[in-house]
Amino acid sequence: MVLQSSLKNCFQLSCILRTPKAGFRSTTSGSLIIQSISNDVYQNLAVEDWIHDHMNLENRQVLFLWRNSPAVVIGRHQNPWQECNLRLMRQKNIKLARRRSGGGTVYHDLGNINLTFFTTRKKYERMENLKLVVKALKALRPQLDVQVTDRYDILLDRQYKISGTAAKLGRTTAYHHCTLLCNTDKFVLSSVLKSPYKGLKSNATPSVPASVKNLFEEDPSLTWKMLLDAIAEEYATQHQIDHHITLINPADETALPGINNKTKELQSWEWVYGKTPKFSVSACFHMAHKDSVLDVKVDMDVKHGRIEVCNIDLPEQWLPPALCSELVKSLTGSKFCPNETTTLATTLLRVCPQDHELHRRCNLLCENMMMLM
Amino acid sequence: VCIHRIRSCSSIRFIKSKYVCVFDKSALKFSHQQRLFRTSAVSCGQIVQFKLSDIGEGITEVTVKEWYIKEGDSVSQFDSICEVQSDKASVTITSRYDGIIRKLHYNLDEIAYVGKPLVDIEIDASKGVAPEEDVVETPPMSHEEHTHQEIKGHKTLATPAVRRLAMENNIKLSEVVGTGKDNRILKEDILNYLAKQTGAILPPSPKAEIIPPLPKSETVPAAPKDKARKIPVPVSRPIVFSGKDKTEPITGFHKAMVKTMSAALKIPHFGYCDEIDLTQLVQLREELKPLAQTRGVNLSFMPFFIKAASLGLLQYPILNASLDESCQNVTYKASHNIGVAMDTEQGLIVPNVKNVQVCSVFEIASELNRLQSLGSAGQLGTNDLTGGTFTLSNIGTIGGTYAKPVILPPEVAIGALGKIQVLPRFNRKGEVFKAQIMNVSWSADHRIIDGATMARFSNLWKSYLENPASMLLDLK
Repeated sequence: MVLQSSLKNCFQLSCILRTPKAGFRSTTSGSLIIQSISNDVYQNLAVEDWIHDHMNLENRQVLFLWRNSPAVVIGRHQNPWQECNLRLMRQKNIKLARRRSGGGTVYHDLGNINLTFFTTRKKYERMENLKLVVKALKALRPQLDVQVTDRYDILLDRQYKISGTAAKLGRTTAYHHCTLLCNTDKFVLSSVLKSPYKGLKSNATPSVPASVKNLFEEDPSLTWKMLLDAIAEEYATQHQIDHHITLINPADETALPGINNKTKELQSWEWVYGKTPKFSVSACFHMAHKDSVLDVKVDMDVKHGRIEVCNIDLPEQWLPPALCSELVKSLTGSKFCPNETTTLATTLLRVCPQDHELHRRCNLLCENMMMLM
Repeated sequence: VCIHRIRSCSSIRFIKSKYVCVFDKSALKFSHQQRLFRTSAVSCGQIVQFKLSDIGEGITEVTVKEWYIKEGDSVSQFDSICEVQSDKASVTITSRYDGIIRKLHYNLDEIAYVGKPLVDIEIDASKGVAPEEDVVETPPMSHEEHTHQEIKGHKTLATPAVRRLAMENNIKLSEVVGTGKDNRILKEDILNYLAKQTGAILPPSPKAEIIPPLPKSETVPAAPKDKARKIPVPVSRPIVFSGKDKTEPITGFHKAMVKTMSAALKIPHFGYCDEIDLTQLVQLREELKPLAQTRGVNLSFMPFFIKAASLGLLQYPILNASLDESCQNVTYKASHNIGVAMDTEQGLIVPNVKNVQVCSVFEIASELNRLQSLGSAGQLGTNDLTGGTFTLSNIGTIGGTYAKPVILPPEVAIGALGKIQVLPRFNRKGEVFKAQIMNVSWSADHRIIDGATMARFSNLWKSYLENPASMLLDLK
């Protein structure tokens, strides 16, 4: 029953979205509230792209509601190495996504809800949207001390951030999206949003860290579903439409033609890592080898996520200079990625003299370099 | 007067796009001079300073974060020019004009100001000019079906060439498939549409309009020399393919593969193939699989293949050896570090299971699980990827029967395993039975390994797998 109604809604939506002219003249043209049935961060970001590119928002506005399974989402112009612990994320299978809007880095899991307000460029107004959210929260729980700051954050008890904002403006449409912490794992959040990488120099947009708190901690009777419904209700009231949430499937190519290409682009390495603004890495590590400690200095320039320039300063003759220069040559042009570094280094070891000591040293150097990535 | 207008324009700042239309009308009056002017200078459009438009919310300054174009690039109206950021909002700035970028006013990470020039665009004069015949420039609001198309929900004026062709031939733009950016209708699209209707390629109309070649278009309809009349004879349309070759440098995984395989070329390979009857092994695995599962390990066929190979290497250690660069010495490796070729998203990697000679089948299976999960997450370390002495490649999981694997230096042998197929075979009594058959293809370094050695090793390996109970006798 639920499935049938959601399919019907999907169909209705596709009618409106695919033939904007028809939607224009039809009587169902009013603002829309839609919710994604997927928890995949890339698919959901693709829906935002799709609506931004294909929907006619002249006479209607859209509220898009979505949640993601564990993922770190960085802003359009940020540097993931500067913002989060990529090593820990790989171990814990937490995805990394880059959104198209600006702003800072956030951690999403199923305890966090995302709200996207779509309007025409002229009607872009972030304060109004956030005030709507605060109104909804207060209607649900009048005793909640929540307010909007002039940095477009929502604070609980005047000190804890429960929502962060970002926006994207195109030629004719714009969207403003924000998070809302209902019941997110704060322990994972803080460990994953702490970058262990040292020696980075970059002009990428930095994030501003803040103390966070879940609404659930303030009032354990609150669930994400209740908060979502309250916000949808307030939106429906303010836009004079039915409190009706249309479900959409971000994998449905028929309802959203071209969406799978958008998802693929958002997942691609070229977008997630390759769009990192140019930065440099300068690291000095002390390698413990047998009975001595050696100093190694590594300098790299990374552009479009690839190593443009690489310099490794080793103690004299610790590694044969030929091998060292071959390693540097291989690394130049490849991705700033531990997997690629390992592959290139091990390939080099295949074709050089098979000496246990040499292999051990090379492996040690590689392991240390991987720590930078 | 016309020329004077052009000169004075470059010093005046204009942002209103309707300026271009105004220019059109004046050009009509002075079209004669216009043509003369055009032929004397190659690309002399005027430079328009495109200013950064209002972002909203009272924002006056933004940071330029990415340029999508560089000086000298051609842009079309609505192409993305750059990405700017202001207070958590990322804004895509699109071009208002067709033309060539002549100057970028800001570098990356510089602050740009709303209302100040962002880029200078040279508007191509000829593009804005209608042909010299007295064609009345139709006001934008009439004959909309011939002059406007819907792009992203907005009625957009088509280019003059498209408008003219559509009006002349009474074509509704809504019926034409656009192949330009955002499905914009280009002149080629109208011509293709017409060709489909009449089955002919129509020449450009007799009006001498100089259209500069669009930088991105690959299709040029064949234009016969006589422009005075349309050709009524149906001509077979040339097959047009607008795909482009793409060249990119080899890096990362591909580079590693190039290096490895180029080194492998130096090894004189010989091949030896056989088929193995795995009927008994299949049954044994079925029995052992749930037991391994209770211990948290996924048991495939590979651990058996790997252990059997190690038992074989104990008898034929030369297959677990390495030849030095000068081919003077051969080193018999003590450890059997058997590599397993893995296909990951990024490419081929070959981690190895260390010291198989002292591992049980269960331990090998457990280690394989660990390597597989690290491999698919792109987290294998150098230790797992170096030190291999012998390799097995189970290409059969994807498909295939026989293969010709390439030896991975500094090793001297490699085996490729095909898929397991159910085939009819004869047993000792001469009866036909259902057999689970797998093919194996070995490659070995002929400098130190001879065919007989390879064959004997393969037979031994085969016997262990065809009769798994025999492995018990020799398991260490």
